[in-house]
This record gives sequence, structure tokens and C-alpha cells, in this order.
Amino acid sequence: MDPLIIAGRELRSRLILGSGGFDNHELLAAACREAEAEICTVALRRLPDPTHPRGSIVDVLDEVGVEVLPNTAGCFTARDAVTTAHLAREAFGTDWIKLEVIGDDRTLLPDAVELVAAAEELVDEGFTVLPYTTDDPVLARRLEDVGCAAVMPLGSPIGSGMGMCNPYNLSIIIERARVPVVLDAGVGTASDAALALELGCDAVLCASAISRAHDPVAMARAVRLGIEAGRLARGAGRIPRRRYAEASTSMAGMPALDVPAAAE
Amino acid sequence: MRVTVNGEERELQAGATVVSVLELLDVAPAARGVAVALDGEVVSRARWSQAQLRDGALVEVVSAIQGG
Repeated sequence: MDPLIIAGRELRSRLILGSGGFDNHELLAAACREAEAEICTVALRRLPDPTHPRGSIVDVLDEVGVEVLPNTAGCFTARDAVTTAHLAREAFGTDWIKLEVIGDDRTLLPDAVELVAAAEELVDEGFTVLPYTTDDPVLARRLEDVGCAAVMPLGSPIGSGMGMCNPYNLSIIIERARVPVVLDAGVGTASDAALALELGCDAVLCASAISRAHDPVAMARAVRLGIEAGRLARGAGRIPRRRYAEASTSMAGMPALDVPAAAE
Repeated sequence: MRVTVNGEERELQAGATVVSVLELLDVAPAARGVAVALDGEVVSRARWSQAQLRDGALVEVVSAIQGG
């Protein structure tokens, strides 16, 4: 596969793994390997880690050679998100931040106003900002205009597994974006990831579809292969959709076999 | 003096620094992937041993968990 370039950085993998929801760190490590991911998101919470008290996720990702992409999950205001990005930069020594500013705790949809404000401030401070956004093309353009290194529209709500609910909006974002478009949220299975790449997304960020699958390691492989297939198909160029059939076999040279009864 | 560390009230001696808080939480100062906010502002690792806490200070000590 051709490499993906975000903020001047070349990535071989078009699958960014979200680390949320794995039963344990060992499973996460195995999924990272099978996904062949280069980047994996992590969140910041108070010490000690209440969910997985044994072992540090940073060490686990280090061992499998996957780089940490900190996020601002759980932030509802630009101010909280900016401070969380500062903490992440200090904790992991990276300027990359997956920016999430949530506006509602049931839908987990982004708060557009706070999101743009936080993105602008973080870009000004030198962060490489990867914002989780809705599938609104205008908002995506606003995020690009303030200097985000990519835009990460949702396919459907986080953890919903509903795939891409509005591929038309996503295709408008893709057509007009001058930065990479990463489908973030909504992937439910490998075919959703394939469709995203076929549509023209540059990459997919996938967490729950893998971590909450019955067999996360197998699903990590499936999603990786789906992405590969989708990217290849995008480059190969799909045929146009038609309402009526178009025979793939020529009628030229068709033998006359319907002999009239009188000639027998 | 009393300070709030990760939402819990703790008693620390006057002159306590960020490093004193880390000791309280049993976190090695060299631990990777740890960051500290003091009264809402991030304290860089290089300043942990000097950054003194005021009485009533709010300290948040965070690290990476699975997420996103």
C-alpha cells in the first residue's frame, strides 16, 4: 500500500488503533501486532489506573513498537481539552493530539464551537491536531482552516458500530479536504473500513469494532485487510452504478440453436 | 497543610513539592507517561522537585489508560 502522510510524517499503516475497551493489555498488544498499526490512541486519567491497574499501557505499546497518540477523551470544554493536551505533551513527549471535545454524553457528538476554539489554540501552540469531528463538511473545512493536520469525521456515533451513516457528506469532506481524512468512530466490522477507503478516506481509526469483537485479534486482522482491500479498490476505480444489467459476455458469434420444429 | 490530590484531601508538610505528592501516590519520579497539573496548570517534569504546593492546592496526577 502507498504510504499515508500526516503532518509530513510517513505512515505505512492506514489503520490507527484505538486502545479503548480491550479486556487486558495482552489482548491490546496482540491486536496491535495483527493490525500492524503504527499509532495507537491512549487517554489520560488519574493515577492509579482504575481499569487496568497492572502494568502500564505505555510500556505495552512500546514493546510492540507502536507509538502513542494521546487523546482528550472526556473533555467537554475547549479549556479542559487544551489543558489535557498540555498534560499529554508532558507525559508522552509528543505534540500530536487526537482532539475530542464532546458536547453531549449520550450521543458523544462533538461540540463544534468548543472543538474549533481548542483546535485553533493548540495549533497556535505548535501541536499537530487531529480533531474528531462530525460529518459536517463546513465544520471540517473550519478545522482545516485553523491548521489541523487531518480531519477525523465520524461515520456514526462512537461505539455504535453503525458504519458510515452519511457517505454523501463524507464524500464531500473527502473531495474538498487538503489534509488527510481519517474515518473516526462508527466502524462495526471490516467491510465498514473497506467502504471508508473505497469512498476515499485516507485512513480509519478503529477501537470498539476490534476491542469489543468476540475475537479482537482476528478482527484486528480483518479490519487491516479491509482497509487494504478498500485502498486498492479506490485506486483501481469502481465501475459506475447502473439501474439495468450490462452483459459482460458479447452476443457477437452467438450460434442459432432455436431450430423451428418444421425443419426437423 | 491540606492539599487535594486526585480528588482526595491529603495532609502534607509545609514546603512539599510535586515530588512529595508522587511519593504519596507511590509513583517513581522517573516513571514514564506521567504528568502533573498544579492548580490547573501543567508542571513540567524538570520543575517537579522545585514546584512548591500552597495550602489548599489542587493537584492532578495523570497517566495513560486505554481509551479512544
